[in-house]
Amino acid sequence: MSLRDALRIPAAEITDEAVYRDRRRLLAAMAAAPALGLAGCAESAPPPPASNVRISPEQARAGFVTEEVKTSYQDITTYNNFYEFGTGKSDPSRAAKTLQTSPWSVAVGGECEKPGTVSLGDLIKGITPTERVYRLRCVEGWSMVIPWLGVPLADVLKRFAPTSKAKFVAFTTLADRKQMPGIAYRSINWPYREGLRIDEAMHPLAFLATGLYGKPLPQQNGAPLRLVVPWKYGFKSIKSIVAIDFVEKRPRTAWNDLQPSEYGFFSNVNPNVDHPRWSQKTERRIAGTGSKLFADRIPTRLFNGYADQVAGLYAGMDLRQWF
Amino acid sequence: MPAWTCANGSDSGGALMAGAPKRKASTAMVAAKAVVHALALTPVAILAWQIRQEWLTGSGGLGADPVAEIEHRLGTWALRLLLITLAVSPLRQWTGQPQLLRFRRMLGLYAFFYATLHLAAYLVLDLRGYWALVFEEIVERPYITVGFAAWLLLVPLAVTSTQAAIRRLGRRWGQLHKLVYAIAVLAVLHFWWIVKSDIREPLLYAAILAVLLGWRAMRAWQRRRAATASPAAARPQRVP
Repeated sequence: MSLRDALRIPAAEITDEAVYRDRRRLLAAMAAAPALGLAGCAESAPPPPASNVRISPEQARAGFVTEEVKTSYQDITTYNNFYEFGTGKSDPSRAAKTLQTSPWSVAVGGECEKPGTVSLGDLIKGITPTERVYRLRCVEGWSMVIPWLGVPLADVLKRFAPTSKAKFVAFTTLADRKQMPGIAYRSINWPYREGLRIDEAMHPLAFLATGLYGKPLPQQNGAPLRLVVPWKYGFKSIKSIVAIDFVEKRPRTAWNDLQPSEYGFFSNVNPNVDHPRWSQKTERRIAGTGSKLFADRIPTRLFNGYADQVAGLYAGMDLRQWF
Repeated sequence: MPAWTCANGSDSGGALMAGAPKRKASTAMVAAKAVVHALALTPVAILAWQIRQEWLTGSGGLGADPVAEIEHRLGTWALRLLLITLAVSPLRQWTGQPQLLRFRRMLGLYAFFYATLHLAAYLVLDLRGYWALVFEEIVERPYITVGFAAWLLLVPLAVTSTQAAIRRLGRRWGQLHKLVYAIAVLAVLHFWWIVKSDIREPLLYAAILAVLLGWRAMRAWQRRRAATASPAAARPQRVP
């Protein structure tokens, strides 16, 4: 149909936008298989640039440690999404034990003045390790409270002197077929990739974890080095990082690659924006001493309860468009 | 005639048996039924034991999120039993063992049993106090919509599975119970749509269902062709 013909269609024959959108939602839901994935429309435009909003150290510190009941070490280390070791929740705790985490080096490059491949030890040398007790909200609708050990991401990134062209930071997970049995199946377009806008990456809450509960990070939790971005869905917190790149354009990210209609680049926790296939209004909290048979279902909070700290990053942004 | 011999309704095998003289259940059949009951109850027995351990000791081997595990396990067994039920007719044809049909009703009812427990786990353990969410979820979430529809459509089939209902409904019983094909498709879709990216498991069930429904489509086509070729030779038959 030519544009001229299209213009002649009476208004009544054109599908109402609401109906059309609903249809797209349903289609998106049907396209659960990666092969059937729809090309994303939501993010064809470049995401908005970084904001200039700054938060005070006190404001930031208020988000560092939550007093909520923590999830047990056992649960944190046996219930993992780490598809490189299998797609079952308990697969990583069994299959990841053989992952060689030492020696480990990270290749840092892109738009920075001091690129280089450095050992994990050198990467974090001199930065005082701290503990952060963060909520972790999975896009699947469950959440945990985890005491991480590690260093602020910004402190590490600054060592490489990113230039003004560094608008985003891209992260890559190890993809070693020999050590990672899950790689044999393309549940993800390997390697796993994630990314943050530079202001998100430099935010005081963005964290690089090397341990949890005061112990070295177990392999299934992303040893020896993983990202923790507590105001975003868990899949943004990429595990077992081998590369960090400063880039000018929005980088590819694993889940957005698979299903752009379901997983946005930002993926901020937001109870008001549902995943196309399920609600994000509430979550099941896996924590506490009561029987997990009756685990609490609690309301999900905007930015996973870190709105005081991070809402400024997204001032003026339509969070429905930039989900 | 014992109730179970006619669970096949308008099926050709049922017609054969209806003409057979009244007889008592053989010891072998009673034993076979006991085995099938025991097998069908094993998953729920194991789950009940694990739930008990979880409740008493806090670790029943159900993982960090027992609620999700309970739901998934019950749902998977509902689907498996549904597919096993649908495999009875092809298996009977293949093996030439008409008595296989006597297990079909109980297998179908076990599928309904697991589907009902699956739904109950979702309502009681998963949603917890968020009752208001139920309607929103059923309407707005396609995977819940199709899952709930599958369970709802199973209800009339379970209700009309009695000998009296079969007699009362006559020909319409067979027509009504054709719903099971739609139910199986909805059940597979329900599983498929909840999976994030690893579709291997739902794909396996979809493939099994495709074979089971394909076999029926092929039989129907063959019968129609036979009917066109020699109308006199074609007997009205229906494959359930």
